[in-house]
Amino acid sequence: MEKPEAMLLSQMKEGQSGRIVSVNGDMRLRRRILEMGLTRGTEFYIEKYAPLRDPMELTIKGVHLSLRVSEAAVITVEPLELTHG
Amino acid sequence: MDKKRLRIALTGNPNSGKTTIFNHLTGTRQKVGNWPGVTVEKKEGDIEKSGFGLKIIDLPGTYSLTPFSIEEIVARDFILEENPDVVIDIIDASNLERSLYLANQLRELDCKVVFALNMADLAESRGYRIDGEKLSELLGVPVVFTVGNKGKGIDEMLKIAVEHAVSGQGIPETRKVRYSKDIENAISELRQLLEEETGPEFPYNRRWTVIKLIEDDAVVKRRLGQILGDSGGELLEMAQQLRARLFELFNEEPEIVMTDERYGFIEGIIREVVTASKRRRVDISRNIDLVLTNRFLGFPIFIFFIWAMFQLTFTLGAYPMEWLEQGVSWLSSGLGAVVPPGIFREFLLDGVIAGVGSVIVFLPNILLLFFCIALFEDTGYMARAAFLMDRIMHLIGLHGKSFIPMLMGFGCNVPAIMAARTLESRKDRILTVLITPFMSCSARLPVYIVLAGTFFAAHAGTVIFMLYLAGIAAAILTGRLFRSFLFKGEDAPFVMELPPYRMPMVKSLLIHMWDRAKMFLKKMGGVILVGSVIIWVLSAYPKDIDYSVDYEARIDKAMQTYDKQQEAALPEEAERLAEQRSEKIDELIRARRVEHAEKSYLGKIGRVISPVFKPLGIDWRGSVAILTGFVAKEVVVSTMGVLYAVEGETESEALRSALRNSDITPAAALAMMVFVLLYIPCIAAVTAIARETGSVRWAFLSVGYTTGVAWLAAFVVYQGARFF
Repeated sequence: MEKPEAMLLSQMKEGQSGRIVSVNGDMRLRRRILEMGLTRGTEFYIEKYAPLRDPMELTIKGVHLSLRVSEAAVITVEPLELTHG
Repeated sequence: MDKKRLRIALTGNPNSGKTTIFNHLTGTRQKVGNWPGVTVEKKEGDIEKSGFGLKIIDLPGTYSLTPFSIEEIVARDFILEENPDVVIDIIDASNLERSLYLANQLRELDCKVVFALNMADLAESRGYRIDGEKLSELLGVPVVFTVGNKGKGIDEMLKIAVEHAVSGQGIPETRKVRYSKDIENAISELRQLLEEETGPEFPYNRRWTVIKLIEDDAVVKRRLGQILGDSGGELLEMAQQLRARLFELFNEEPEIVMTDERYGFIEGIIREVVTASKRRRVDISRNIDLVLTNRFLGFPIFIFFIWAMFQLTFTLGAYPMEWLEQGVSWLSSGLGAVVPPGIFREFLLDGVIAGVGSVIVFLPNILLLFFCIALFEDTGYMARAAFLMDRIMHLIGLHGKSFIPMLMGFGCNVPAIMAARTLESRKDRILTVLITPFMSCSARLPVYIVLAGTFFAAHAGTVIFMLYLAGIAAAILTGRLFRSFLFKGEDAPFVMELPPYRMPMVKSLLIHMWDRAKMFLKKMGGVILVGSVIIWVLSAYPKDIDYSVDYEARIDKAMQTYDKQQEAALPEEAERLAEQRSEKIDELIRARRVEHAEKSYLGKIGRVISPVFKPLGIDWRGSVAILTGFVAKEVVVSTMGVLYAVEGETESEALRSALRNSDITPAAALAMMVFVLLYIPCIAAVTAIARETGSVRWAFLSVGYTTGVAWLAAFVVYQGARFF
């Protein structure tokens, strides 16, 4: 399997899984994202987007988190092929 | 007997069940207030346990102790500066990994800490088993298991906390988080310097202080500057050099690397203590969310819930409200019969009872509203509401959760402003509090009904609807304006947990409701009492008014004239004459009342300020009505009733014809409605603003700003409307 292209979390679709590569953006947002457990290497699953397409909901380690699409745009991820159980 | 006293602080993530445990511990013995100088709610309660007097302090729920949010600063400062005897960290056992982040920050702070693994039953049903002994051994911290909502393990938790406070040891150095070699080297270099610079009385843990300096923690840097004075400069400089060196090594800010490494440490701990069964866990919350935040169903269901909340609060609440109104008028007439007429009776009935009574009738609304809000919060639906609404609210620069307070504003601004407490970030909370008064509350409706009904008869509905829209527009514009000037800078990150749905507990719902009610009665009661007495004094005094006409004499004369005529008249004519007689007398009494109102202090103030309202087409009567509207906006109508000398004050048909015959133009009426829509919220709302923002300054700002906006808008409306 070829290595998937890195992309932004905000570009992922509902039902996709991925792994976090890096978190950028300003320090405050970055630290908050990391402190909520979205650290490098963490796998996640895109649960859904809100009815108005913003914010988005994802699951990491069994926890449901929601973040704005603009905030997801500071997170680089690599999509995973396997779908969530 | 002199008992030994201990102070126990509770910390934990939001949704960890901390509040449930706190409620269980303290029951109704809790005191709710604010932390000094900030708008964060502070709860504490005194209890007794195994011969100790314990003060339990509920710290704000946070994910971390990074001093970014006010809640985090409050929690950390309390632990650092107040030195509680022991800290109990409530950990959501089904969410151990994330909870351990805060737990480790507590360990680094070097306070005595006990971990309570809460909701372990839930964790097990989800397929996790946690080895508490191992966790305790690895982290060097006592660990207990609790099930907060069933009250299990809480006694044990308290016992261990007390023991640990009395005889426990701090966390051994060997159990602390070890960072990678380069960071540890930087820590020990800086620590050496810190030890040289400080004496033995240095108040904070040194390793922690050094770590914070390397993380560029603004609060710690400032404190250190205060403690060390000039000699702190060298330390800060060295910290900056070390940061630069680490940045070069990692190509990343040290604090980011350290956050990563803490999670690495936590992962190691998790591997040791958690056994996850292969059994696939059922995520009930996800299934519920398939419906409640569904792309198509999410909004209709949300609207239904809001509708139901409105119905419950304002329709169901109308019944007890009526009973209270009856109670107040019964009390008023009862006292009227007992207390001898005179100035004291007027003060008691027209000042105290009328004023406080007009506010206390809102109590059922407030209770019901807060019951609903507590239900939304305790079940976990509030986070979903924010999830649904955030896109829309973000346009005004607000958080999704701001929607509920703003919506409640259409009912009554007071509970709406209080509902802003549900917002976590201070900026969002203050902004929500400041724009909520533009939501046209139900007390403003009578004013619109009278004025729009009189001057725009056929289009009254449209006019009133436009007023509501104008209020929303003012709120949106104010939101954007304040966001870009007063609350500059980045938005608080939205990143939010959608907690699992939970069955709410009746006890905690009731405690929540009672807290609010108590606060409402105590604080609002006091200010409103004073406010209504002031307004009463202004409208009742001076007593010795120099009337232009001797009303008493005229009334006497009229009585005599009619009495004479009646004596002489035939029986069928006597009836007509009796009618005329009472009409004549009423007319004179009304005229006296108008003159009294005109010459009272309030009337004089009205005259003085009327030039301000002249460009809006509002005369002195309107000015006085607007002034008295400060007590409660529906009072505007009754004041107009008095000033236009209408029978029974609020009989709106009579008031309408009086207004129609006055020199008020439709343009002026429209301007007046716009002014009433936008100007100063009532005393109760202003009090709530001061209370919820934690500062009288915000209340003044609100009063000044809303009145300014109201004047400007009414001016534009009046001057504009005159061209058509």
